[in-house]
Amino acid sequence: MHILVCVKQVPDTKIIKIDPKTNTLDRRGVPAILNPYDTHAVEEAVRLRARYGGKVSILSMGPPQAVAALKKCVEIGADEGYLISDRAFAGADTLATSYALSRAINRIMKEEPIDLVICGKMAIDGDTGQVGPGIARRMNIPPLTGVKKVEEVDEANQKIIVHRKLEDGYEVLTSPLPCLLTVEKEINEVPYSPLPNMIRAARYQPTVWTVNDLEDVDRSQLGLKGSPTIVGKMFSPPKPEGGKRLTGTAEQQVSQLVEVLLKEKRELLVQGGK
Amino acid sequence: MSEKFDAIVVGAGPAGTSAAYTMAKAGLNVLLIERGEYPGAKNVMGGVLYRHQMEEMIPEFYKEAPVERPVVEQRFWMLGEDSVFTSGYKGLEWAKEPYNNFTVLRAKFDQWYASKAVEVGALLINETVVTECIVEDNRVIGVRTDRPDGDVYADVVVLADGVNSLLAKSLGFHKEFKPEEVALAVMEVINLPAEKIEDRFNLEPNQGTTIEIFGDATKGALGTGFIYTNKTSINIGVGTTLSGMIKLKLRPYDLLDYLKNHPIVRPLIGGGEPMEYAAHLIPEGGFHSMPKIVGNGVVVVGDAGQMVNSIHREGSNMAMTSGRLAAETIVLAKEANDFSANMLDTYRIRLLESFVGQDLKKYKDATHTFESYPQYFKEYIPMINQAASQFFTVDGIPKREKQKKIFKRLTEGKSKLGMVQDIYRAWKVMK
Repeated sequence: MHILVCVKQVPDTKIIKIDPKTNTLDRRGVPAILNPYDTHAVEEAVRLRARYGGKVSILSMGPPQAVAALKKCVEIGADEGYLISDRAFAGADTLATSYALSRAINRIMKEEPIDLVICGKMAIDGDTGQVGPGIARRMNIPPLTGVKKVEEVDEANQKIIVHRKLEDGYEVLTSPLPCLLTVEKEINEVPYSPLPNMIRAARYQPTVWTVNDLEDVDRSQLGLKGSPTIVGKMFSPPKPEGGKRLTGTAEQQVSQLVEVLLKEKRELLVQGGK
Repeated sequence: MSEKFDAIVVGAGPAGTSAAYTMAKAGLNVLLIERGEYPGAKNVMGGVLYRHQMEEMIPEFYKEAPVERPVVEQRFWMLGEDSVFTSGYKGLEWAKEPYNNFTVLRAKFDQWYASKAVEVGALLINETVVTECIVEDNRVIGVRTDRPDGDVYADVVVLADGVNSLLAKSLGFHKEFKPEEVALAVMEVINLPAEKIEDRFNLEPNQGTTIEIFGDATKGALGTGFIYTNKTSINIGVGTTLSGMIKLKLRPYDLLDYLKNHPIVRPLIGGGEPMEYAAHLIPEGGFHSMPKIVGNGVVVVGDAGQMVNSIHREGSNMAMTSGRLAAETIVLAKEANDFSANMLDTYRIRLLESFVGQDLKKYKDATHTFESYPQYFKEYIPMINQAASQFFTVDGIPKREKQKKIFKRLTEGKSKLGMVQDIYRAWKVMK
């Protein structure tokens, strides 16, 4: 089974700050990491390979530094990595990104057919979760979002059974292969990578393609030109105000709390009466 | 069986990276293992990089390395409670190539330096902790890491795992440090706009200042404070021996806080935004504390071997030179296919012949002496401040009378013989 995982290198948003004047991200000095959701996608692919055999390939789009994210995937256990990197891709929104990635997938499929595509739930810098389904649509395969478990892959009959997370539970779903999964964090825990993987990753050089290496590309659909998204306005949401801390013995705290609640209720009644 | 390398280097600081770079460049198959997220993530130093030793590794490195500012001025402060007696040197020849020293931020610089080792063929793996050396028949044959399938083998292991080298300790190379053999330094990086730094320190763009502070920075304890200028930030820190801190019942952060709020220091850093806080041990025992640094299949370099000149606040340069000398010896050992302690001892001999050994020997008694005779820091520095204040205050008292008063004050409650002894003692350990 040939599994392709699409990943993204993102700024570590734990560290990132918002410029209070322009409301844009201040990326200075912020390290780039492999999107945390994508680590689970790669791990799931590695686990499926352990169960069913085959190969795990990784695809990413980004600047040359994004090679580091692909090496990270090799640390987790991926076999091959491809990076598409070109000025022509710069400034892409989710529509243009899924288009560029689908062109690269075409090229990979020419060398070896793909049975399953896996993406992380979303990237932590954009939070949209649109690229995965976008790729599925362009490849004309079923998108299965919110996957929290892969129950079984039936290679003989080209079927997969997965659990999809719903608001009030989960659904068990059978889909034909190939298809595309976007996976939740809870699908697995990414273990500490073994040393031989680390050494292999340190040596590994992923394949890097420019736009000229891809076939049947409509350049008007790439990069900023191919991105209809317009950012109207950006703002930082107000910080939630910290609550009040009650002190004293448990009894004192309870009586204080009751007092506060009663006072609030009275105020509401007075307001309602007006 | 796991892969076998020619050499494994533990720790990607200045010592380890210099060793890995030198060996990889000579064609050896080198694995460089770093415990931090990236080289420099866990490394701390005040922030002065010495051009000479770095150029021995990579000529004209400053043309591409992420250095902050070339140092054009070195100031020395003898700090009183609300006064300072200053001296120093500013030379604009240091503002031009080939420069003298640079301020650097280690998180950036170490990453760059390690990337140069990778460029010449070293394999770097991060986020991996070496837990022990694998020893067989009284020789080190590899290391065990905390990762699954974590054993890896090599002809030689280079221990560059820093001041508290657990690996050298577990090999029995050195014992637990005594409190007077290590200093604890705490520092902060404080963001300030470049123009503010240049105004406050009287600098042109792309020029930097270092200030070494003695006296009240450490409340009289043996140690120093420092203020270094980066591009858009200032490193400020203070370090004292652990024993001094214990004696004065000081907490390290309180000392840094005290320095930051000192009336002489405050205007230099005021309005800045603290970005990072770090604390680190510095090996200050010097020559007498140097552990065993060579064994069968293993060498120790840098801080792990206590190579710091605390008097001149030099360490990274000694680390680089020791890493390079160890690597050159290993390259020879590889040619002879002999990795015994006997063969590797060439490294120790060359190190002692180099400036590292010479300087450590020169100051071998300095830390100990200043620790044992606290009057240098506790009494003489305040005295110098008082003397200067008296001499320069214009109050109608004739200068000759002032001189008399100052001299009287200096010798008050002290035997003249004692003072002569103090001066002789200081001269002896510094000469």
